[in-house]
Amino acid sequence: MYRYDEFDQDFVNARVAEFSDQVDRRLAGEITEEQFRPLRLMNGVYLQLHAYMLRIAVPYGTLHPRQLRMLAHIARKYDKGYGHFTTRQNIQFNWPALSDVPAILADLASVEMHAIQTSGNCIRNVTADHFAGAAADEVADPRPYAEILRQWSSVHPEFSYLPRKFKIAVTGAERDRAAIKTHDIGLHLKKNAAGELGFAVYVGGGQGRTPMIAKKIRDFLPENELLSYCTAILRVYNLYGRRDNKYKARIKILVHETGADEFARQVEAEWEALKDTELKLPEADIRAIEAYFAPPKLVARPEGDETVRLARLDSRSFGEWLDQNVVTHRHPDYAAVTISLKGIGEAPGDASDSQMEAVADLAEKYGFDEIRVTHEQNLVLPHVARADLRAVYDALVEIDLATANAGLITDIIACPGLDYCALANARSIPVAQEISRRFASLERQREIGELKLKISGCINACGHHHVGHIGILGVEKKGAELYQVTLGGSGDENTSVGEIIGRGFGPEEITDAIETVVETYLRIRTDHSEKFLDAYRRVGAAPFKEALYGSEAKAA
Amino acid sequence: MKILTANRLTDGEAVWFSTGQVWAETIDNAELAHDKADEERLEAIGKAAFLNNEVLDVELIDVQLVDGVIRPNRLREQIRASGPTNRNDLGKQARPAVPQAA
Repeated sequence: MYRYDEFDQDFVNARVAEFSDQVDRRLAGEITEEQFRPLRLMNGVYLQLHAYMLRIAVPYGTLHPRQLRMLAHIARKYDKGYGHFTTRQNIQFNWPALSDVPAILADLASVEMHAIQTSGNCIRNVTADHFAGAAADEVADPRPYAEILRQWSSVHPEFSYLPRKFKIAVTGAERDRAAIKTHDIGLHLKKNAAGELGFAVYVGGGQGRTPMIAKKIRDFLPENELLSYCTAILRVYNLYGRRDNKYKARIKILVHETGADEFARQVEAEWEALKDTELKLPEADIRAIEAYFAPPKLVARPEGDETVRLARLDSRSFGEWLDQNVVTHRHPDYAAVTISLKGIGEAPGDASDSQMEAVADLAEKYGFDEIRVTHEQNLVLPHVARADLRAVYDALVEIDLATANAGLITDIIACPGLDYCALANARSIPVAQEISRRFASLERQREIGELKLKISGCINACGHHHVGHIGILGVEKKGAELYQVTLGGSGDENTSVGEIIGRGFGPEEITDAIETVVETYLRIRTDHSEKFLDAYRRVGAAPFKEALYGSEAKAA
Repeated sequence: MKILTANRLTDGEAVWFSTGQVWAETIDNAELAHDKADEERLEAIGKAAFLNNEVLDVELIDVQLVDGVIRPNRLREQIRASGPTNRNDLGKQARPAVPQAA
């Protein structure tokens, strides 16, 4: 994985020193909150309901065990013994004292991490397919390009005060596990007919109060023009994006109002002046960054098939975990393992300090020193020999992280919601917990099959409810929590925005409503092979409305 | 009826302006504003404390007395006064004598 060079390390160290001084001056009363607020936000420090919150970047979701161990240390020493992995492949700590933040950032810098650009109207952490470098279906590892974008966008003088925040996602496979069409820029790494690497470029996706699916503005951009083309997009946005209304300031609104064709024309015109300039990536530089992401040397472990076969006979629960949480690797003797942070009744995405340390141990012992954070709020060990799967499973059982529910209804995405977040209107975590408990039976979950349920506690949609097969949006109505249900959303290569099914449900009704939706699906599906999303796309909302609202739906 | 709340600068702890002219970590003894004049007085106190770099996110919030105990009207404020509802071991509710929000 990428290692800081002297410039990176000097820059991060200098920023720690600078922000430490700013914190000291703030605590001494030498600078006001108005002056300090933008400075703290540039360094990932928010104020939530109970305390400050520190959001730490995990570039393209890739962690080294020593980094995960440091996160565990921070959780234990400065926070309350746990961290929250987010839908942006980041981690948040919910309880740090402002006076401790400089020490936390110094600890992070010692393992090549920081919290820079995790807030503010700048280019945020670049996200990527969490199976990058391991997936059997990928053209090439997207992370070198994400790293190039990270270096280019870090304190980029022209793009540090954009109209609004800006998110870029990269995938290297046809099957989109990075939800690129819900990002400001989505990059799909692919090969052209000549076998050269480049990108299909999507622009203007996003969720929030105005969900939009990104439009493809270029089918093939040569890899060496990545920065010139992104610069062209950002320049058009910086020039024409609205600054008068925060809710209309994202690039999705500009693309929508300009029209994708006209927007593409403007970008191409801007790009004419930028391509073949110093922004064109030298071949040697691309390959040098790529070398950091060279795959681990995976020795043949052909005994894996027999080991797995015997382990399956020995343990039914191992077999269930294998079927659900383990996916094919490009090397036949290896697999990528999803570590579910969605134990039944647990808060989605939370991990304790000791769990983080244990996962770091596993990555060192069995996983070639790599851990990934997924946008679905799970962890991944991307390279595990099939021969070691049983040992990994047994170790995960020990730390309560062996829940076999990846991609099932209890693998719920949920934002922190009103239990923590100053922006939230309703709670998310308790709703997720209750639904998780209701559908606790693995047999029942597997009968239901793939079902992505996503919950947001406000319209900002951090819980990605718009692209949940079932989405839940919490709102406040007459001082009480109310939950709107959307159906038919999807955040993959066939991205769709879910449709609101009808009036909302109170906190005591929402789990029953979800169960009604699920039971309706089970009744109408053609057979076991027709997934929830496919069934919804085939029949539409009508049977679900009928089941949820009965005669009320007919009257409407 | 309103009370004055904020978060403490040093650690972000939710606090309420309370009898004895202190910013307390619990809501129980928050000073009640019964009328417009009370509210204006509390607002002035909040503004001064903000300018004095003691607190931030200063706000007057609606409350009622339930059996003589202060209870915020909004769930958001009930959660601020107690802690996350999914983790009763965290926040003020984990300390002696602070009830859970929900």
